[in-house]
Amino acid sequence: MAIFECSGLTKTYGAKKALSNVNLSVEKGRIIGLLGPNGSGKSTLLKLCNGLLTPTAGTLTIGGSAPGIQTKQIVSYLPEHTYLADWMKVSDVLNFFSDFYKDFSVPKAEEMLTNLKIGKTEQLKTLSKGTKEKVQLILVMARQAQLYLLDEPIGGVDPAARDYILNTIIKNYNPEASVVISTHLIADIERVLDDVIFLKDGEVVLTSSVDDIREEKGVSVDALFREVFKC
Amino acid sequence: MNWTFDTDRPIYLQLKEQILLLIVSGSYPAGSKLPAVRDMAAEAAVNPNTLQKALSELERDGLVYTQRTSGRFVTEDDNMIQQAKKDLAYEQIELFLKKMAGLGYTKEETLALINNLVKE
Repeated sequence: MAIFECSGLTKTYGAKKALSNVNLSVEKGRIIGLLGPNGSGKSTLLKLCNGLLTPTAGTLTIGGSAPGIQTKQIVSYLPEHTYLADWMKVSDVLNFFSDFYKDFSVPKAEEMLTNLKIGKTEQLKTLSKGTKEKVQLILVMARQAQLYLLDEPIGGVDPAARDYILNTIIKNYNPEASVVISTHLIADIERVLDDVIFLKDGEVVLTSSVDDIREEKGVSVDALFREVFKC
Repeated sequence: MNWTFDTDRPIYLQLKEQILLLIVSGSYPAGSKLPAVRDMAAEAAVNPNTLQKALSELERDGLVYTQRTSGRFVTEDDNMIQQAKKDLAYEQIELFLKKMAGLGYTKEETLALINNLVKE
């Protein structure tokens, strides 16, 4: 059964079409790469999934319902910008999240914080940009959600942390849950993905499994991306 | 074990080859239990579904089998493992012979060179 489905999904900002007639279906138990150059509509799609934007046309359902209170219980979303208050300590945001989400696991978050050597007593204000991003991702991954929507989760962090994050995604793997990762760092992430979706100027130009691309075209997803989006 | 992958071939095939190598080399001995899919996937840093596919292929070839409740095991049939090992060896030899042919050596000349090297 599909955890996420959209049909004819369109979003315009004034005269600009950010998404145009997008039809997608995401099955349970998949890890999916949402790939496209800057401005191709990746973040817009994820925002629509979270009800932060409303579609201009078309429909979108998560676990059978339109984005709303019910879907927020099963969707764990990492936005492109941080939204946590700077004065908070890491321990404060842990409490904040366990208040907000039934499925948030404090021990799991604490374990990841320890592994990435982030102190619980540190204030967000004093953390580097990359460390702040790590905290945010830990919060998102410590939930036992059915759909994880990660908007550029690895863009701002160092390669070692990147490996750890991808490892966390693999270890967290659950046949009932799906993960959608938007990124343009394809080479780093390709091995972790089941399927890829290529977005170009707001339109889906390709959906395929990673191994099908390699099998049929004899190139990596990274190489195919460079070909499709050649400037 | 260091898992590395070429960029131009399906990952599940490469996983299959590398697991097979672990079996024929005795790292995963006959009859032994394989690590859980999730742990193995994390170690190789690959998608669990992809690893699952590689294991299913090995299962189809009879080199591993699943016991419904207790996990996945390497076959107990040592002959089968030896055969798989031999197949891999032949593959390597054929590849090598092709390269030697590229250098202009016949099979007999190559064999003579090998004999010399072994004697030294």
